[in-house]
Amino acid sequence: MTEPSAAFVHPYLPNSAPEVRRAMLDAVGAASVDEFYADVPEALRLDRPLDLPAPLLAEQDLARHVRGLLAKNRSTEERLSFLGHGTYRHHVPAVVDEVINRSEFLTAYAGEPYEDHGRFQALFQYQSLMAELLAMDVVNVPTYDGYQSTATALAMAGRLTGRRRVLVVSDVLPEKHSKVHDFVRVHLELELVPTAGGTADVAAAAARLGDDVAAIWVETPSATGAVEAALPALATAAHAAGALLVVGTDPIGYGVLTPPAEQGADIVCGDIQSLGLHQWFGGAHGGFIAVADDEALVMELPSRLFGLASTDVPGEVGFGDVAYERTSFARREEGKEWVGTAAALWGIAAGVYLALMGPVGMAELGELLLARTRYAQQRLAAVPGVRLGDDALHLREFTVDVSGTGRTAAELVAALRAEGIEPGVVVGEELLLVCVTELTGQADIDRLATSLAAACGTATDRQIPQEQRA
Amino acid sequence: MSLPLAPKPAIRRFHQARWDEPVIFELSTPGERGLLVPAVEPGVRDAVGDVLAELPAGLRRATPPALPEMAQMRVLKHYLRLSQENLGADLNVDIGQGTCTMKYSPKINDQLVATPQLTAMHPLQDPADAQGVLEIVWRLERMLAEISGMDEVSLQTQGGSAAIWANIAMIRAYHEANGEGEQRREVITTIFSHPSNAAAAKAAGYEVITVHPDADGYPDLAALKAALSPRTAAIMVTNPEDTGIYNPAITEWVDAAHAVGALASYDQANANGILGITRARDAGFDVCHFNLHKTFSTPHGCGGPGSGANAVSAALAPFLPGPRIVRVGEGDDARFEVRDAGPQSIGTVAPFFGVVPNLVRAYAWIMALGADGLLAAAETAVLNNNYLLAKVLEIPGASAPYARGRRRIEQVRYSWQELYEETGISSEEIGVRMSDFGMHYWTSHHPYVVPQPFTLEPTESYSKSELDEYVAALAEVAREARETPEIVRTAPHRQSVHHTHHDDLDDPERWAVTWRAYLRKYPEVAARLAGEPEPAADASAA
Repeated sequence: MTEPSAAFVHPYLPNSAPEVRRAMLDAVGAASVDEFYADVPEALRLDRPLDLPAPLLAEQDLARHVRGLLAKNRSTEERLSFLGHGTYRHHVPAVVDEVINRSEFLTAYAGEPYEDHGRFQALFQYQSLMAELLAMDVVNVPTYDGYQSTATALAMAGRLTGRRRVLVVSDVLPEKHSKVHDFVRVHLELELVPTAGGTADVAAAAARLGDDVAAIWVETPSATGAVEAALPALATAAHAAGALLVVGTDPIGYGVLTPPAEQGADIVCGDIQSLGLHQWFGGAHGGFIAVADDEALVMELPSRLFGLASTDVPGEVGFGDVAYERTSFARREEGKEWVGTAAALWGIAAGVYLALMGPVGMAELGELLLARTRYAQQRLAAVPGVRLGDDALHLREFTVDVSGTGRTAAELVAALRAEGIEPGVVVGEELLLVCVTELTGQADIDRLATSLAAACGTATDRQIPQEQRA
Repeated sequence: MSLPLAPKPAIRRFHQARWDEPVIFELSTPGERGLLVPAVEPGVRDAVGDVLAELPAGLRRATPPALPEMAQMRVLKHYLRLSQENLGADLNVDIGQGTCTMKYSPKINDQLVATPQLTAMHPLQDPADAQGVLEIVWRLERMLAEISGMDEVSLQTQGGSAAIWANIAMIRAYHEANGEGEQRREVITTIFSHPSNAAAAKAAGYEVITVHPDADGYPDLAALKAALSPRTAAIMVTNPEDTGIYNPAITEWVDAAHAVGALASYDQANANGILGITRARDAGFDVCHFNLHKTFSTPHGCGGPGSGANAVSAALAPFLPGPRIVRVGEGDDARFEVRDAGPQSIGTVAPFFGVVPNLVRAYAWIMALGADGLLAAAETAVLNNNYLLAKVLEIPGASAPYARGRRRIEQVRYSWQELYEETGISSEEIGVRMSDFGMHYWTSHHPYVVPQPFTLEPTESYSKSELDEYVAALAEVAREARETPEIVRTAPHRQSVHHTHHDDLDDPERWAVTWRAYLRKYPEVAARLAGEPEPAADASAA
């Protein structure tokens, strides 16, 4: 067989130069590279080149091509975006990007706690910073995303209790529910307990509890941004029935909100994208799971856990894997679920973010999000025909019911897109999910309200009605 | 005058940075700020009042989180110092993490994904505003379909193990759709396939049967046939296996699985050496996955994000996760739309479209190389591997169990058993000492089937001189094991920290997964850090 690639010299392939190649072949006594494939049956050998686009060999040509494609995008810097639904547009501090783009972090993988001391410390610190925010003593090295962390948290509850039923008492993102369902369905049954006014119906949940319930699953903020105010009651009810309280959440509000652990949650889980990660078209998510420092809970975690360890030098502290025998790395299918390449770099990013924000930054951000969410609710509810989806306390996201406008949510979205505004996500025929952050200021919210009113065929009264003032 | 340039030492006198950087909480200075947050606008405050005062009872946090308070440059400096205490692949001859394909991640690709035209894209924007990114993801799907020979591809999983999960989830849904979900309760894998194949199958509810190789290290077809039955849902195998041995009977394996109605799932974690050489579908596989962070060059990020790519035959396509990206129209009229997966789909496996920055990087890597380049990469990787094999075998005490005298594909699982018997120095100890030479080294997945294992995978990215350098360091450590074993036993000597004690990490009474747990479990440390008088207890106990 000829070697079509023998003269293919490429910057990514140091040993593609013919002379080097020949010398290496000679060193191992091979006439051609083909000999190395002796175990691949002839019938399986591809007898033609792969049918791929012609390459762009020069770096500048490649860059021009990819940038040309990306130039077709119109980002949220060019549009006024109120989109959330799982991916959030928050400010990404420059220092976060600087740190995670450091080649030493970006390109590292699985070094030992010696040559990769920095990675172990950075991720231990991520765990520790999250632990402070969540008021829990154990946090994992991130898993893939909030969907996975929640699926695993519920599976843990199933293993810990030996029970099968899970009461879902909050509105959950449909995509998240889909993932969790398919992940746990062999072991658990998800039962939806309809919400009342946007949050849990505690009495209905309590009535469904029994000695076969593994967990009550709460989402706060929920899929509609509603903050659950009844966690203590849900915890009491769950615990009385021998079930666990599993709380899926976004950590962004805990500078001002009481963390679920202080309201009785046993396992707290969610996504870290809000903490210093770009939107990246939904491509930058990481999942956290937090538990108390209780051996039974810790031993159910599939993820890696980095902990402090003494060294041969008295007083010196290094790092290592805590309870490694839990994992599939150690015990294959006898480990807990599995562990693999997940989202470590995003964990480092979230740690840098929390270190930059500090307690005051997180408190100010939490207050700003609550205030702007309330303001946006007021402004949109003042549009004739538009009313709030519910009366619950909301953080960052809320729904508006546009049924009184005579337009569907999709029609209104289309009308506002024509003005360069993404007003929210259509979550029902007449329901729009609107998201505000520290990047959508008062003027932006005002513009949304004005444009929405215009799209509804009316002019909005810029004065907020007195009865809607908080 | 002269300025003589002496030759550099044959083996580097490496020393890792040692900044003695405290844990970040120790750096806190009350009142410092790393970042300011916009104030609530007066107009907003007038309209909404004091939102904190109006929080329902119990919802307002009583005590602020004990996050550190640090000025911006102090945070930066702290993390940059930690980065210097980390041996990234760009600095390392990173061939020591066999099975993980630590190839060069081109810098241009990092630049390309850093544009706001990607970073500031929300996944639910008007698809008309997202045509560029949708087109790239769609094109990458088609490229991977061609590379695997499969019909359809999904790029939503965020890593190799996540992709393995999607593989078994699709297989489960397929059998259920055919009314055989209850019947097919077993999955067969091999001991030299990645442990996540076994672990994900177990998580999906299956009994796992693990087939061991024959005496020569080749996957044992007779053992497979003995394990197959109408209860088999799938075989889930890697090929070449983590030994670097390609299963020459792979078609017979797939055929045997199909003969009992099972599906064949291919973990292509080790595909780097066979790009353009042979394809999963051509061997009859129904489903396979690639790790884009391995074979297709995306950076490993200290352990992710990576990216998976699930590729399937037409028969499995209805079970792929969603949403799906479809092209409508041709040529200049083509546009890209987002559609729900069909009713048989396993549903969502991850948010939205997967690890999009890595999808763009993988696309750029393939576009930089093309078909000839992928083949050249594969052949170069295999040339490097066989060259390295010959060099390692020249080191007394090193061996490559199985398939003696035969070639390997992408990596080799070696053994220091002879050296261990001679010196008592284990492979783990050798690995730690290798770090003193600025090299990463890994042993093997567990259990250690090969005694005193180590696994090297040179990929196409390292030059002959770098391979020689790695082998020279290995030979030096082997020499030390014989002549000055204490140096190896007490390693590392040139790292940021010294040999750590694992008993601290396995004892629930002592382990400290977070700083707050550490302070709680070790009150004498907490007292010292708080400036209180130290109790009598030894503060260094931890």
